[in-house]
Formats: sequence, C-alpha cells, structure tokens
Amino acid sequence: MSKKPLHIKTPVRYLINALLFAALLFGGRVLIAGGGVSPFYVGIVTLAGINIILAVSLNMATGYLGQLPLGHAGFMAVGAYASAIFMTRSGLDPAVAMPFGLLIGGLVAAIFGVLIGIPALRLKGDYIAIITLGFGEIIRIVLLNIDEVLGFPFTYGAASLKGIPETSTFFNTFLLVGVTCFAIHTLMKSRHGRAILSIRENEIAADSCGVNLTYYKVMGFTVSAFFAGIAGSLYAGYLGILNPSNFSFMKSIEILVFVVLGGMGSMIGSVLSATVLTILPELLRQFAEWRMIVYALLLILVMVFKPSGLMGRFDFSMGRMLENIINVLTGRKTLKGKGGKTNG
Amino acid sequence: MSFWQLAVQQLINGLQSGSIYALVALGYSMVYGIITLLNFAHGDIIMVGSYLSWFALTSIAPFVPLPVAVVIAIAMAILGCMVLGVTIEFAAYRPLRKSPRISLLITAIGVSYLLQNTAQKFIGASAKMVPYPRIPSVNFAGLTISGVAILCIAVTAACMVGLTLLVKKSKSGKAMRAVSEDADAALLMGVNVNSTISFTFAIGSALAGVGSILFIIAYPQASPFMGGMLGLKAFVAAVLGGIGSIPGAMIGGLLIGVIESLVSAVGLSVWKEGVVFAILIVMLLFKPAGIMGKPTTEKV
Repeated sequence: MSKKPLHIKTPVRYLINALLFAALLFGGRVLIAGGGVSPFYVGIVTLAGINIILAVSLNMATGYLGQLPLGHAGFMAVGAYASAIFMTRSGLDPAVAMPFGLLIGGLVAAIFGVLIGIPALRLKGDYIAIITLGFGEIIRIVLLNIDEVLGFPFTYGAASLKGIPETSTFFNTFLLVGVTCFAIHTLMKSRHGRAILSIRENEIAADSCGVNLTYYKVMGFTVSAFFAGIAGSLYAGYLGILNPSNFSFMKSIEILVFVVLGGMGSMIGSVLSATVLTILPELLRQFAEWRMIVYALLLILVMVFKPSGLMGRFDFSMGRMLENIINVLTGRKTLKGKGGKTNG
Repeated sequence: MSFWQLAVQQLINGLQSGSIYALVALGYSMVYGIITLLNFAHGDIIMVGSYLSWFALTSIAPFVPLPVAVVIAIAMAILGCMVLGVTIEFAAYRPLRKSPRISLLITAIGVSYLLQNTAQKFIGASAKMVPYPRIPSVNFAGLTISGVAILCIAVTAACMVGLTLLVKKSKSGKAMRAVSEDADAALLMGVNVNSTISFTFAIGSALAGVGSILFIIAYPQASPFMGGMLGLKAFVAAVLGGIGSIPGAMIGGLLIGVIESLVSAVGLSVWKEGVVFAILIVMLLFKPAGIMGKPTTEKV
C-alpha cells in the first residue's frame, strides 16, 4: 500500500473523453448508414440529442447560476426562427448554410438573453421565474402575430413556417451535444465558472468577495440562451416546419422538468433525464392515454421522495472512474473511500 | 350606440372577466402568502370544478327539479374543489415542506399534469357543454348589461368582503397571518401550522370553485386544458396586484380583465395576452412587490 495512487493528467483525460466520444459518434453513424436502425428510432434519438442540449443549457442557468427561468422555450423559439428564416431565404445550399444557420440561431438567442437578462436578473427568486415566463409568452405571441404588423410574411404565424431544409441528422446533432457539454463543462471549471457557482451558493457573500453579480448573472444567462438557440436551430432542421405553438409555456416547463428530475447542477443528470424522458414517452405510444398520467405521477413521486433530483449534484467523470478502476486493480487503493466527488 | 355607451359596455365586459380572474388570483395569492409556492395546479382545480358542475347538471338534473339541480351543482363544485385542494396539499405538498422551493414547484406542475391528463383520459378531450340556466340581461340607461356580468361582479365582491373579514377578524384568519409571517414563530406560539395551511388551501380552492361556476356560466364549456391560460392570467393578476395581498389580487384581476377587453375593443384581440404580459414585466421592473405589496428588505 505504499504506492502512490495513479493520477491521470488533465490533457490525457480530455484525450480519452474525446476518443470515446468520437468512437460513439462514428459508431452511431456507421450503424445508421448500414441500415441497422429504423429511421423512426434515429428520429427519436436525434430529438433526445436536441433535448439534451436544451436541458444542459437550462442547467447552466438553474443548476449553476441558481436562478429559475421559466422562459427557456422563448430562447429556443428565437433561435429556431432566426435560423429557419436564414435557411429558407439565403438561397445557399443547405449543407453550406447549416453551420451559419446554427450560429445565427445561437447568436440571436444570445442577444435576446442579454436584452432579457439585464432587466430580469435585477429581480430575485420567484420574480425571475415570473418575468421570464412573461418574456417567453411575449416572444411566442410576437412570432404568431408579427406578420400582420410587418405587412409581409416573415414568420408565417399560425400558418407555420414550412420548407426548412431537414439538416439535423444524428451525427451533427450529437456533435453539437458534445460541443455544448464540453463548452459548459470547461466554462464551469474556469475562474468565471467558480464566480457563477459562488452566486448560487450565496449572492451576498459573493458580492462582498468582489464577484460582479450583474456581469456574471447576465453571462450565465446569455450562455444558457445561446445554447438554447442552437438547440432551437437543430429543432427547426429536425422538424422542417415551425409553428409558434411548439414553443409555449409548456415547452419551458418540459425542459425544466428534465433539469430538476435529473438533479439541478448535475450535467450527467440533465443528459440522462433528457434522454430517458424523450425516449420513454415514445416507447409508451401504445399506451398513449396512460403515458401522460404515468409521467405526471412519476414527477410527483420523484420530487416527494428525492427532492434534489435523481442525481443530486453528482457529476460523472470518465477520467476519475478510470483512475479508480486502475488504482483498485493495481492495488494502489482499496475499494473503500471510492466514489465521485460532487461537482460544486 | 354612442362612443360612451360602447366604452361602458366594454368596461362591464372587462369587469366580468376581471372578477373571475380576481377570484382565482385570490387562491394563488393566499397559497403563495402562506407557503411561498407558485401553485400551478390552481387553474386545474377550476377545471375539475367545472366538470363537477357539468356532472351535476347532466347526470343528476333529470331526477330533481332544476333549482335543486343548480344548488347541487354549485355545492358539488365548491365542496369538490375544497376537498381536492386540501388533498393535493396533504399528499403532494406537505411531504416537501422542508425541501428546496423548486422541488415544490415541479411537484405543483406534476399535479397540474396529473389533473389535466386524468380528465382527458376519463372524460374525454372534447369540450362539454355545461347547461347552467341562462341569466336574463338588464336594460339600464340605454345599455344592455348582461346578467352574468352583474352576477360575477356581485359574487366576487361578496367573496372578497367575506374573505377580508375572515382573515382580519377571525381566529383562524389570525393564525393564517401568523403562519405567513413566520411559520416557526407561529408554531412556538401554539398555532397549529399544518391545519392552518390546510385551511388556507381549503379557502383558496373553495374560491376557485366559485370562480369555476362563474366562469362556466359566462363561457359554458368545460375541457381538460381550460385551466391553463385562465390560471396563468389569474397568476399574472395576483403578481400585478401584489402577491400575498387580498385587495391586491382583486385590483390586479379587475385591471387585467379591463385591459384585455379594451385591447380587444380597439381591434387588437390577438395581442391581448401579449399586452397583459408586457404590463406584468413593466410592473415587475418598476415595483416588483406589485400594486398593493410591501417591498421586502433583505437582512444579512
């Protein structure tokens, strides 16, 4: 027992994670290209990927920043419409236009994040929930009725924006899932991330330690909005048709449910619950009438018996797991005292 | 019809829907005041109340004279909502009393989903006609004032006066105020916190029951998802008036109703919800505590 426990260096950890992720991504692609999976399931898995981005991005604002926005669907809607309008009007080849469309979707949503974040984040607690709910509904109502004011078709309102190139495949959706998780993870590990976490823990203490509250709140909120916009763009490219009713208050709640059920402040929790809660209702289609009742009961039961969400604040780390396995196998460490450090 | 007659007519329409919002907003406000929970299931309690009216008026009515059926319908709606509200509090919210607030919020959303989808499964997705007897209109000074509007405004005013007396004068009202001020201190002073919270839910839900009757008389259709928008607007009304304040909920509700009807009157009815939310946002930015609310200061 005199040997020092093995420690995997950070760059090596990143390399391992990147390789595993790439293997998963290309493995999935090969499997789909080989016709091993029916298009129905590919569609569901792609939708799960979009929901993962939404959940992880909302987790940024609720789990890490500690605020409670109820208007996430609004940012998603802005991103979706911005990219869809670009994609249908630019005249570029969809494959070329797609990265630009995504970026435009994300950036427009981020601009809205700043515009809404600055006034909204002056408020505290439940009032943030209420004001973001209000903004989310206003965005939906504007998208529904803006054509009448402009005098020419822009969002096509209730008639739906049709003919959006269906560019969201399994591959590019999950590539963006990886990018989102990586970006938010590294941000949270940085100095800025620690400032954001300190706001969650105690706003007044953070303020007195010199953390610029407004700056970091708006920053966290904007990053969250940016990725919601990206998810919205993917959603537009997934459905090929957009209607403002897709982005109602219920959609915001659905995303919040992913985050809270998974455990606020746990990225793996968001990823898992978004995946399970997207796939489960689809698999239960034959019990269509019962599934929403079961879903509601599940929600109540999880909250009553585990109010912190299924994962709490636990976060999974591939590197740490490998370290533990190697250490135990080589006798550097016994099984006792194993277990992940909670993130934050 | 002259401009003024039209304006008064719209004002009365606004007061009619506004008084329904006010009744529902009172429920939100009381629950928020006592356990700081945004009770998203409140709108769905109204849905259940409407279905109870529908059940009484279609299934029981053939066997009894009409006035008796109406009385049964009213009693069923109010008592049913009351029992439902207390049950929800007991089963879903009480176990979470010490949990983070967001868990409580998600539970409320879960309860809302549960009520909506259970109604859809067992009663059906299509809207049901609720045959309350028609109320005659009144002609006054060249205006035709609908009886429904008078009924709504009168009932709401009566509920409001009753509730104010209950909260200010009765012993249980005093207990309610004590718990909402500081639940732990109230417990030390011998207030039974649990039964006070149950009592608050009972009153709030009974008001929702009254609201459901008025709503269904004005717009006689019950459907599983009717509570959503109604609940959301009543909630906006509660925040606008100052959440936790009884006169505030009343003022907020009437204000929302009147604004909506005026926005519709100038031909912008598709924007009316947008205007309501915009007013909410402006209000929150300049006076977050609402019209009647008191600002709170944070002590370190």
